[in-house]
Order: sequence, then structure tokens, then C-alpha cells
Amino acid sequence: MRFYEYEAKQVLAGYGVALPQREFATTADAAAEATSKLGGPVVIKSQVLSGGRMKAGGVKFADTPEEARDHAAAILELTINGLEPAGVLVEEKRSVEQEYYAAVTYDGRAKRPLIIFSDMGGIDIEEVAEQYPDHLSRTHFSASRPFSDFTAKVAVASVGVTGRDLNQLTRIVAGLARLFLERDMTLAEINPIGKLDDGSIIALDCHLDMESEARNTHRALLQEIGVPDDDNRQARPPTQFEIDAANVDAADTRGVAGNLTQFDGNLGLIIGAGGGSLTLFDAVRAAGGSPANYCEIGGNPSVSKAAALTKLICEQPQVEKIAVMMNVVSNTRVDIVARGVIKGCIEAGFDPAEKIAIFRIPGSWEEEGFALLEKYGVEYVDRSVSMHEAAERAVAKMGA
Amino acid sequence: MAAMFIRVDIADSVQDDPAVCQQLVEVCPVDIFELDDGGRVRTVEDNLDECTLCDLCIDATQPGQIDVVKLYRE
Repeated sequence: MRFYEYEAKQVLAGYGVALPQREFATTADAAAEATSKLGGPVVIKSQVLSGGRMKAGGVKFADTPEEARDHAAAILELTINGLEPAGVLVEEKRSVEQEYYAAVTYDGRAKRPLIIFSDMGGIDIEEVAEQYPDHLSRTHFSASRPFSDFTAKVAVASVGVTGRDLNQLTRIVAGLARLFLERDMTLAEINPIGKLDDGSIIALDCHLDMESEARNTHRALLQEIGVPDDDNRQARPPTQFEIDAANVDAADTRGVAGNLTQFDGNLGLIIGAGGGSLTLFDAVRAAGGSPANYCEIGGNPSVSKAAALTKLICEQPQVEKIAVMMNVVSNTRVDIVARGVIKGCIEAGFDPAEKIAIFRIPGSWEEEGFALLEKYGVEYVDRSVSMHEAAERAVAKMGA
Repeated sequence: MAAMFIRVDIADSVQDDPAVCQQLVEVCPVDIFELDDGGRVRTVEDNLDECTLCDLCIDATQPGQIDVVKLYRE
């Protein structure tokens, strides 16, 4: 769940991070009034849940309230990457001597949170990592123990920052890390952090993404910053395919068969188990395949639920074949899922042997499941075939 | 849609004991059994494929009174 910049800065302020004076405005007149109140040159920023605001004309500078009104009026009309702004952030314009970058996210491989810090802020961090690796530090820390400022200091000092700057930046990075842990963020990023001509250091922009499932836990915070309960913060409205899948999942409480995201490919995916969905989705792409969807299945859904999801996916006009793949399952039964996907294919009017490119679900009741798949002529593999290899086989069948 | 994977055969002798008929309805975790208006037990076609092969129905009856047939094994 992504936050608008004005909301993210409200959250960040609660962690002791210095920020420019600012006002959120939803009309051009309010932007002009905010400019008067701030009393000097301002920057007007579109509040839209998308990157690329500067390039799209969503960030403008104004010296007077009248200029701010004109810019705000233009920005409020501006759609960026298909998204309309929620308003504009009117912020005092500060003169910056140097820019830094700080982010906290999870490192899936290390299975620990990670601080990324650079003394080259304001530009694409991937570019810094590639071209100026000495200017970027990566510092892991524990998600289960209280965060220590020393870790933040190590992250900042690793790129050669010293003295007063080191102390100020340590406080900012420590605040960001604590915010990340306490508010269940998946990404907390400040880019840029600016060192002003008076030597003080403040956060100029902020990007926060919170784990969607943590909404309930942080309901008080969301209410405090004015996020309505029904604001789902999706980057785009759900497609009919996604709505139908959500309805399949909601109609039957047994297990999970839903959480579907539509993509523009031709290989339908029925995937899941212990984080397997993401791995398998990536494996299909790595094999050159083009998924028609992401989804999650697990927790032992009923046959009818698995069948309904399969039928829905098979019925999408762009779906040529489906791949049914999971990690090794324990609490989900192979035979029950096999029954569901075969039934779903047949109900959608397809021959399972043709429509199912591969079935790779090893685990509980697999012998029963494999007998069933054999009866219907579906190609299946056991755990001796890796998830990546199974994905490759599925992709190889596309267009064959 | 008719059941594709599972068939459950109920012996006529089951119907002689209303308590057993009732027990079948109660033990099945996926509601494969129901009583008709006359108190006789019968299967629910829509639920047959949900059978988890738990054998609770077999345990609730005398040997041979309930037969769970895996159609894909035939």
C-alpha cells in the first residue's frame, strides 16, 4: 500500500526526521494561500501514486502565490501514468548543497531488512549501484531485535560521510529504519535527503509502501493521516478478471484460490505454496514465458473452489494454456487440486490434456493426484523436477 | 455438473437403521450425505467430488455398507 508524498512525510515527521515546511492543497486557490503562508518561493508537487512526476510536468516552482495558483491549476489537471492527482503538495523551496539517498527494504535472499545509503542522491539508485558502487552501502539488520543507531551510523559512514553530517544523517536513517520496522513497511525511501546551505540536513522527498495486510494493525495511523478505510491504493482499478477471481475466493472459506493479478500474457498460472507463487511467476518469466496472471492457491481449497478459479482463468480469451505449479505442499492436497483443475478445464470446455501445459504439485496425496492426472492425460512431474524446470517445460509448450 | 471422480454406493441395509443414516450425514466433512423426506440417506451429487477419502462414512457403518469408488482408478 503506497502513500502519497504528503502522507509519507506526516509519518516520517513522527520519527524525528526534519522536513521542509509544507501544506497539502486540493485546489489552486488553496495552493496560493499555502504559498502566502509559507512566505517565500515554493515547489508545487503533484500528489500522485506514480514516479516520473518531474518529467511529466508534475513538479513546478513558484515565487509568488499567483504563480503557485497557476502551476497548481495545471498540475491538478495533469494525469501522470494514467493516474489523477489527489492534490498538490506546496513546500518551501530550499537551496541544496548536496543530496543523499536512503532506503530501507527487505532483502529476500538474506532474509533480513536492508539499509541502502548513498551520498549520491536525487538520481536513479540503480544507476549509482552500477556506475558508482563505492558511493553506495548496503547494511543488513535484524527485524526481530530493537534497531540500534549504530547500524545506521555504519550505513552512513560506509560511504565516507563524517563529522556533523554523519550525526545528522544517522538520525535520519535510524528514524527511517524504525519507521520501516514499526509500521510494517515493505519500502521506506528518502530520495533525496538534502544538505542545505546552513549545514542542516532534511528529507526532501519520501516514498513509503506499507504491507497491505498490515492495514488493520495500523488503522490508527491511517486515520491520523486521513486515509479512508475504503481507499485500497491500487495502482489501477481492478479488472473484471481480478474481481471475478476475488469473488471465487470469497465465496468459499476453504483454502485460498484467488488474489489474482492480471497481466497481458498468454500462459494462465495456478500457482502457490510457501511463497511459491512469486518464485514460479518469476520462473515463467525467466524461461521466456508471458504470464496471463499471477495468483495464489493453497491452504487446501475445495475442489469446487479450485475448479471455479481454473474455469475463470481458462475462459480468458488471451489464455492459451495453463500451468499448475506449486512448491512441495503439506497442508494442501495434490489430489484435491488435481480434481479441481481438471474439472475447471472441462467446465470451461477444454480438454485438460491439451489445456494444462504442466502440473507440478508434489506433496501430500500425490500418488492419488498423479493417478487422476494420468487418467485424464495431463503431463505431471514430481519433486525431482524443480520449479524452474517445470516452468521451462510449460513455456516450451506454448505455441507448440 | 455430475460427479467426475468419486461415486459413493450405499447398501440398502443402511436404510434399515435410521441412526446410522443420521450418523452418515453428521460424520461427512463435505456434506456428501443427506436425508430425504422419508428419512432415507442419499448422496448429494454436487458434493461427491469434494470427498476427502477420510473413510469416516465407512467407519460409521458395517463393513461393506458404504463403498467409496474412485472413478479415476477404474
